[in-house]
Amino acid sequence: MSNATATDNKKGGFLAGTANYLDERVGVAGILKEFGRKVFPDHWSFMLGEVALYSFLVLLLSGTFLTFWFQPSMVPVIYEGSYAPLKGAEMSIAYASTLDISFEIRGGLLFRQVHHWSALLFVAAAGLHMLRVFFTGAFRKPREINWVVGFVLFVLGMAGGFTGYSLPDDLLSGNGLRIIDGMIKGIPYIGAYTSSLLFGGEFPGEAIVARLYSLHIMIVPALILVFVAVHLFMVVIHKHTHYAGPGKRDDNVVGYPLMPVYVAKAGGFFFIVFGVIMLIAATFTINPIWAYGAYDPSPVSAGTQPDWYIGWLDGALRLAPTHMEYMIGDFTLSLNILIPLVVGILFLVIVALYPFLEAWVTGDKREHHVLDRPRNTPVRTGIGAAGITFYAVLWAGASTDLIATHFQVSLNHVLTSMQILLIVGPIAAYMITKRACLSLMRKDREIALHGRETGRVVRLPHGEYIEVHEPMDEYELYKLVGYKAYEPMLARPNAKGVITLRSRIRAVLSRFYFEDRVVPPTKGEIAAAHDHGKELH
Amino acid sequence: MSDKSKSLAKAEDAEHDYSAGLAVIAPDAVKDPGMEPHRVRMTDKSEAHEKRAARQVAALFLFSIVSSAFALYAYFAFPIVEGSNASVRDNTLLLGVGAAFGMLAIGVGAVHWAKTLMPDAEVSEARHQTRGSEETRARAIEIIDLANKESGFSRRKLIRRSLYGALAFFPLPGLIVFADLGPNPGDSLKHTMWKKGTRLTRDPDGKPIKASDVTIGSVFHVIPEGLAELEHHKLEEKAKAAVLLVRVDPSILKESAERKDWSYDGIVAYSKICTHVGCPVALYEQQTHHLLCPCHQSTFDLTDACRVVFGPAARPLPQLPIAVDAEGYLVAQDDFNEPVGPSFWERSVNE
Amino acid sequence: MTKQKLNNARRSPFAAILVILAGLLISGGGYAVASDAVDTTSVAATSQATVDAGKKLFLANCASCHGSNAEGTNMGPSLIGVGAASVDFQVGTGRMPGQNSGPQLMKKPVQFTEEQTAQLAAYVASLAPGPSIPSEEWVGEAALAAGDTMKGGELFRINCAMCHNAVGAGGALTEGKFAPRLEGVEAKHIYEAMVIGPQNMPVFNDANLTPEDKRDIISYLKYVEANPSAGGEELGGLGPVAEGLFVWIFVLGGIVVITIWLGAKSN
Repeated sequence: MSNATATDNKKGGFLAGTANYLDERVGVAGILKEFGRKVFPDHWSFMLGEVALYSFLVLLLSGTFLTFWFQPSMVPVIYEGSYAPLKGAEMSIAYASTLDISFEIRGGLLFRQVHHWSALLFVAAAGLHMLRVFFTGAFRKPREINWVVGFVLFVLGMAGGFTGYSLPDDLLSGNGLRIIDGMIKGIPYIGAYTSSLLFGGEFPGEAIVARLYSLHIMIVPALILVFVAVHLFMVVIHKHTHYAGPGKRDDNVVGYPLMPVYVAKAGGFFFIVFGVIMLIAATFTINPIWAYGAYDPSPVSAGTQPDWYIGWLDGALRLAPTHMEYMIGDFTLSLNILIPLVVGILFLVIVALYPFLEAWVTGDKREHHVLDRPRNTPVRTGIGAAGITFYAVLWAGASTDLIATHFQVSLNHVLTSMQILLIVGPIAAYMITKRACLSLMRKDREIALHGRETGRVVRLPHGEYIEVHEPMDEYELYKLVGYKAYEPMLARPNAKGVITLRSRIRAVLSRFYFEDRVVPPTKGEIAAAHDHGKELH
Repeated sequence: MSDKSKSLAKAEDAEHDYSAGLAVIAPDAVKDPGMEPHRVRMTDKSEAHEKRAARQVAALFLFSIVSSAFALYAYFAFPIVEGSNASVRDNTLLLGVGAAFGMLAIGVGAVHWAKTLMPDAEVSEARHQTRGSEETRARAIEIIDLANKESGFSRRKLIRRSLYGALAFFPLPGLIVFADLGPNPGDSLKHTMWKKGTRLTRDPDGKPIKASDVTIGSVFHVIPEGLAELEHHKLEEKAKAAVLLVRVDPSILKESAERKDWSYDGIVAYSKICTHVGCPVALYEQQTHHLLCPCHQSTFDLTDACRVVFGPAARPLPQLPIAVDAEGYLVAQDDFNEPVGPSFWERSVNE
Repeated sequence: MTKQKLNNARRSPFAAILVILAGLLISGGGYAVASDAVDTTSVAATSQATVDAGKKLFLANCASCHGSNAEGTNMGPSLIGVGAASVDFQVGTGRMPGQNSGPQLMKKPVQFTEEQTAQLAAYVASLAPGPSIPSEEWVGEAALAAGDTMKGGELFRINCAMCHNAVGAGGALTEGKFAPRLEGVEAKHIYEAMVIGPQNMPVFNDANLTPEDKRDIISYLKYVEANPSAGGEELGGLGPVAEGLFVWIFVLGGIVVITIWLGAKSN
C-alpha cells in the first residue's frame, strides 16, 4: 500500500487504486509514511490499557444495541411480558423494557450481559493498567499529564458504570440509589436540596432514570472518548516506554513496527477481548434483574452491593465508626458519611497527584522512557502496595456480610477487623514490600558480582570445597545493574542562608524515599569481585 | 516529523542537560551492551514449520467462519418461546458461543500469524526529547508576542478586563437553568403519610392489622392505610412511611417515660428506613431483638428504643406511636415526631 | 423415672395448667388465636402408640437437653406447645439433635427416619396444642404448581429477601448467625419455618401471611429453583461481589494469560 503514489496510478489493481484515490483526497500516504512503521515495544503488561480500550469499544457497540429497546421512563406499568414470576406486577417502564430486552428479543439478554461484563472489565483493566504504570514508574516525566488523563478516564469509567447500574430500576439498583441519596443528604448545608435537584423532588421520584440515562449514553461516553483520544495522542507524542534491558535507552524505542506486526497483534487482540467477553456473556449470568424485582422502597435483598468499582466507597461507608453524628446548634453534621466521602476523595487526589509528588522529591528533571523494575524503587513499590491494601480493605469492607457467611465468622468481628486492618494493613504492606524489594536488589547485586549459583560443588586441590558460580553474559548482567540509585538530599540553606520549611520537608521526604537503598555494582566492583573469585579458585 | 527537525533534535538533546536530581550517575556504571542478538524461529529455519503455521492460521480463520455461521443458525434455530426460560437460555448460550468463537478464532489466527510468520526481530527507532527545538520555541514565543502586539491584549487593559468579566458571567444563565431540576425540599422530608388514626396495614396489599394478629416473635412489614391506592407519589410516600411492627414481651421493653404509651401491649412500630443512608432496616432477629440493616450492617436494639448497638448509623430509628382503635385495629397516634431516614443538615430545624 | 409415673404426673390437672401456661408464655401464645390452617386438634387423631414410640425416642435422644418432660433445661428450651411443625422442621432438617453450641444450629444429615421424626412430632404435639405439620393442601406439588409466583415473589421480597437474599441464596445476621440458603429445602420445611420462626427467624403467623401467601412464596422459590437463570451459570446468586471477583480473577486473569502468550516470542 505504501508504494502507491500520486503518479503511478492505475497500476497494481484495486488496492493500489483505492490507496491512490485516498491519498489524492486525504493524503493517506503521508500518514502511512509517518506512522506505518512506528515502533511499539512488545510486552504482555503493555496490553492492559488495550484491554480497557477494547472493552470500551465493546461497550459502545453493545450499548447502542440496548438503546434501541430500553425506555428510560419511571412511569408505572403492569408487566405483561413472558417472565412468569413478574407477570401482572407493577413496575416502571424502564424495568419492564429491560425485562423485554432480556426475555423477548433474541440476543437481547446476551447483549445486556456483554454490556455489563465489559463494563466490569473496562474498569478492572483500566485499574490494572494504572497499577502497571505506577509500579514501573511510567508516570515520570514526560508522562505526568497523561497519568492524570488516565486517572480521569478511570473515574469516568466508574461514573459510566454507576449511571448504567441504576438504569434498569430494579430493587438492587434502586437501593443503590437510595444509598447515594442518603450520602448526598449527609453533605452539610446543601445536602437535602442537592438530593432534590438530582431526583427531581423527593426520592425516588420519576426523573432519576431518564437523567442518569442522558449522562450514561451522552456525556459520560463522550468525555471518555475525548480523554481516550488525548491519552492516545500523548502516547504517540511520547512513544511507548520500554522495560529496562540491553539496547533499551531513553533515546530510542525498541519493538515491532506498527505495520504489519503490531496491527496483526493488536487487531487480533481486539477480537480476542471481544470474543472472551462474548463467551463469558453467553455462559455466565450477570445482574439477573428479574430476580430482584421492581424497585420498591420497602424491600431489600441480603447482599445488596454495588458493582465492584464502587465497592470501595460502599466499604468506606460500612467501616465508619458508630455514633459519628454531631449537632452544630440546630444543624446536623453527619461525620459517618462525610468522613468516608472525604477519605475517598483524598485517596483519589493522592493517586492523581502522585507523579508530581515523586518528581519533587527526586528533583529529577530528565525524561524517562525506560521503565523501572519495581524492585529497584522499593519505596514507590511499598507505597503502591500500601495503596492497594487500603483500597482492597475498603473493597472487602463492602462484602463483610458475604465474608461472614462464607467463612462462618461473625459479621461484627469481620467489620471490626476490617476497621483495624484499614489502618494497620497499609503500613504492614508498605514495610513488607519495601523489605522484599531491598532483599531482591541485594540478591541481584550478589549475582551481578559473583555470578549465578550453578549448584555444582567442586573440590579444590588444596582440599577446599566451593560452589562454582557461573559468570553472567553482558546482556543478563545489564538487566540486573542497569538502573540508577538515588541519594537522599540534605536540607541545605538557600542563597540567603536560610533553611526553608519547604526544603526541610523535602529533605524528610527524600530521606524517607532513599535512605534504604542498594546501589548497583559498578564495572570496577564487578571486575574486583571477579578477580577475587579467581584468586580463591 | 520532518527530516529537518530530526537533525535538529539530535543537536538539541545534547544541548539540554536536565537536572538528574538525586540520581547518582556513576562514571563507572556498567555499559549498555546494545540489543541482544536475534534468535531464529523454527518457522524461519524450516519450511515444514512455516507451512504448518500458515495452515494453522488459515484453519483458524475458516473455523471463525463456521462459528459465525453457527451463531446465525442458532439465532433462527433456537428462538425465544413465550414463557420459557430455557429457550432464552439456549438462545443466549448458542448465539453467544458461536459469535464468541467467530471472534476468538480471528484474533488467535491473526496473533499466530504475527508471531510465527511475520518478522520477529525487534527494531530500534530514535526517540527525541518532547520539548521543541530552540528554534521552534523561539518561533512560538515570537508568534505569541506578535499576536499580543497585534491585538493589544496586554496593552488594552479595559478590553481585557471587561472580557474577563464577560467570560465569568456568561455561564451563569447556563447554570441557573438547572435550578428547576428539583424543588426546594422545604419541610417535605419532615412529614410522612402517618397521622392520627391512620391504620397500620400490611405491605403490599394494604390489609389492616389487628393487635391480636401480632403474636410474640412475629414481624409485620407495614405501610399506612391508603398508600397502596395512591395515584401519585406512591413510592415517595412509601420511602418515608415504611414501618416495621414487632411484638415482644412487654417486660423486656425499656421505654422512657414520654414514650410509655407509644407501644401497645409489647407491640412497637419503628421506621424501617435506616438513619444512616436510608436502606430498609428489615432484618429482625427474634431472639436478640436486634434489627440489622443489610446494606451497611448498622444494628439497632428494638427493646431499647432502637438504639444503635453496632455499625455506622448514629441515631436510633424513629418510633411511630401506635394505639388500637375501637375495632381492634392498630392505628398511628400521630406522625413520627422527627424526620425519618438519613440525616440531613437542617433535620432538627423547626420552621 | 418410670413411664407410668410420667404419665401420672402429666395427667394431674395442676400439671396440665402449668404446662399450657408455660407453653403459651414461651412460644408465643398467639398461634391458637390466629391460625386457621394449622390444625391444632390433630393431636387427638394421632394414635397413642405413635405418641408412646415418640416419647421413647425423646427420652433417649432429646431429654438430656430439653428435660425428660420436655419442660426445658438450661441447655435447651421447653418444647411444650411448640407443636409438631417445630419438631418436623428441627429434626427433619437435621438441626436437631443439636451438636455444638455455635451461634446457631446448623443443618446436618438427618439423624432420624421419617417414621421416627413423625413419632417424635406426635409426642411433642401431644404435650400441648401447637402448630402442626402443613398438609398437602398447601405444600403438595399440585398446590405449589397452582401457586401465584408473582404474588409469592413480591411477598418474598418484602418479608424474606432481606435475610435470605432475593433468590434465596442466604445472608448474614449479627454475631455469626446467618439466614440459610433456601435452595433445595423441602416445601414443608419452608412452610414450617414461617409458622414457627425457628431460632432468630421471626414468626409469620397466618394473619400476617395467610396459608395461600405462604404457598405462593414457596411456589416462587420452587419456580426459581426449577428455572435456572436464563443468562447462564449463576455464580451462587450472590450478586455484584461475586461478579466483581469473577471478572478480576477469571475474565481479566484469562485475558492476562492471553497477553502473556501474545507477548512471548514464538519458537
